[in-house]
Amino acid sequence: MTERLGIVTSGSLDKGIEVRLDSGISVEDMAVGRYVTIEGNKRRFFGIIADVSLGVTDPALTFNPPDVSDPFISEVLAGTSTFGALRVSPYLTLSSDVDSLLEGPQPVKTVPSHFSAVNLASQSDIELVFGSEDERRFFIGTPLDMETKICLDLPELVKRSNGIFGKSGTGKTFLTRILLIGMLQKSAAVNLIFDMHSEYGWAGSSEKGTPVKALKQLFASKVAVFTLDEENSRRRKVSTDFVVRIGYDEIEPEDISLLRQTLNLTDLAVEAVYPLRRRFGKSWLHDTMNLDNPDEIKELLESLRIHESTFQNLQRGLGTIGRLPFVVPHAPENAVDRVLGFLDQGKNVVLEFGRYNDIAAYMLVANLLSRRIYDRYRERTEQAIADGSAKPTPLVITIEEAHKFLNPEIASHTIFGTIAREMRKYNVSLLVIDQRPSGIDAEVMSQLGTKITCLLDNERDIDSVLAGVAGKSALRTVLARLESKQQALIFGHALPMPVVIKTREYGSPESYRQFTATAEPRSQEQIEKDIEELWQ
Amino acid sequence: MVEASTTNFIAQCYELYELPPLGSLVKTAANEAGMEIYGVVGNAATTSIEPGRRPIARGRDEASEEAIFRSSPHLLKLFKSEFSALVVGYRQGDRCYQYLPPQPARIHGFVYRCTPEEVTTFSQSFDFLTILLNTRLAVPADELVAAALRLMSQAHQDHHTFLVAAGKELATLLGGDFDQLKSILGRLK
Repeated sequence: MTERLGIVTSGSLDKGIEVRLDSGISVEDMAVGRYVTIEGNKRRFFGIIADVSLGVTDPALTFNPPDVSDPFISEVLAGTSTFGALRVSPYLTLSSDVDSLLEGPQPVKTVPSHFSAVNLASQSDIELVFGSEDERRFFIGTPLDMETKICLDLPELVKRSNGIFGKSGTGKTFLTRILLIGMLQKSAAVNLIFDMHSEYGWAGSSEKGTPVKALKQLFASKVAVFTLDEENSRRRKVSTDFVVRIGYDEIEPEDISLLRQTLNLTDLAVEAVYPLRRRFGKSWLHDTMNLDNPDEIKELLESLRIHESTFQNLQRGLGTIGRLPFVVPHAPENAVDRVLGFLDQGKNVVLEFGRYNDIAAYMLVANLLSRRIYDRYRERTEQAIADGSAKPTPLVITIEEAHKFLNPEIASHTIFGTIAREMRKYNVSLLVIDQRPSGIDAEVMSQLGTKITCLLDNERDIDSVLAGVAGKSALRTVLARLESKQQALIFGHALPMPVVIKTREYGSPESYRQFTATAEPRSQEQIEKDIEELWQ
Repeated sequence: MVEASTTNFIAQCYELYELPPLGSLVKTAANEAGMEIYGVVGNAATTSIEPGRRPIARGRDEASEEAIFRSSPHLLKLFKSEFSALVVGYRQGDRCYQYLPPQPARIHGFVYRCTPEEVTTFSQSFDFLTILLNTRLAVPADELVAAALRLMSQAHQDHHTFLVAAGKELATLLGGDFDQLKSILGRLK
């Protein structure tokens, strides 16, 4: 099964290992991102092909090329005077003694000795590294040109905030759906998804225009769909569980400061919100928007020391919020309570935005809800620590267009910046979906545990995704060469080494069946049978 | 066998002009029992039996070259055909060794051309190429190597595979000298 590729000729841990291909192996069959194993004297090494190159033994050959139209000459020269070479980035080692076999693969700290044989990794090698599908691990895709399943350890994954990146149209949404299904099945966490384009709750569509099912259709009992736009949901025949309305009195000054850029407010206008809140109390938004008596305004502004143009700027901005159809003077029911209610039952909540998918609405709602939920989680966790009771169920909040929330200017103000940095302690983590990772605050990026990235071709985006990763230059080559569909590079906390996957199929009836089939918990009978087999 | 040293031996043919071709594999018995020494014919010459005495041009009035010898039959006895062979290995029992034997061949030992089977067995390994490449002879090493390989390939069923394998070995040996490699490969076809 293992196919020998060549031998190690030189290299360093930092720059990668140079491998000379055997004469029978065509350099054209190689691909960056593939796995190889290197059989050292004492250990086995796992690595990724980071670069493929051509070499000659004598520089004269390049100045005075031989006549390759002669098959004899070209056959003789292939693999001898002219040869293919690989640069392999080593990632893991496995010593052959018993202790390390039990420990599993370890991060690499050395390089294989000279002329060690290099093989293409076999299915069992990959399974050894990534584990096979089980209660914790979720099949997310296959490595390039292989049938082996690459599995993610989901309980481990949700312990940190994670990111999914990629250019528009590279399959972020499909990947996210798959990952959400995985979390829904195998991590102990619940999800809150701010679904900007109404793609995750109910049917979405593929790029070809064919409809694809989403979470609620596949796992009706585990998913609740909330909507901001009832009419839109009804037209799409979505069975929604709750229609979210936001009351004026629920919006607080912090929510406005976050929207400064989006609403085009000046710094002074944002500052002015706080005295207004103090003056009017809970109904500040409503009262501020409805001030139209010039004398009254003048008097108010003088007493609060707010400049008139600042106030106009603020009023215009608040007007934008007030015009959002789901913002009403008084919400009939508190959305946060309902969301938490579902989350507590272990149900995942998808909040659809329907037609209101402009960034202002998205940021306002996502931020507002998340902050309230954050507060509750924090209280509960602190309570749990105090009296030793169970901590709340881990929560994963999924946000799209993350660079709008997490850009360096506002990352420190928004709740998402806080969650990314420290909320792991309170059992809340983020799933950040974005197409412009360079727009995200470097501090937040560095806190993301596992990054899944589809094709990116902007230099700055690639830099920001790979910041701080060992073997960055090798991964950079891999990342820039990903196919534009269904391929992703995954690296970070939940995986022992970076991996390029071809994403699992999603969208065909067969794929739905596979997803739902694995959802069934194993029966007691089956478990007993497995244990029996284990001891045989 | 008229002259033998560790690296080469010279043999005289019984008949004038009955020389083995350039590059062919020949063998002779060694001093040790059961040992045969292999050589590759590297040079051959037909000269006067007395050194320093050159033949005089003949045949002005003869119709053909054969007529010269017909009219003066003693001429055949005044010349000798000799070839020198480069020692490339030896056989002890069933094993072939592709390096120099411990002792040179014997004078007056008989020298035979190897059979195709012996050629096939000997050319399983290409280690002898190093010896051929590194000798300084009147015949250029490129010519000798190419001739030897061409002849050996005829003993093998699959000429092409043999020559490609030999070519690859040469390419490794001549890694730093592509020009020489190219000239040998050009002569292999």
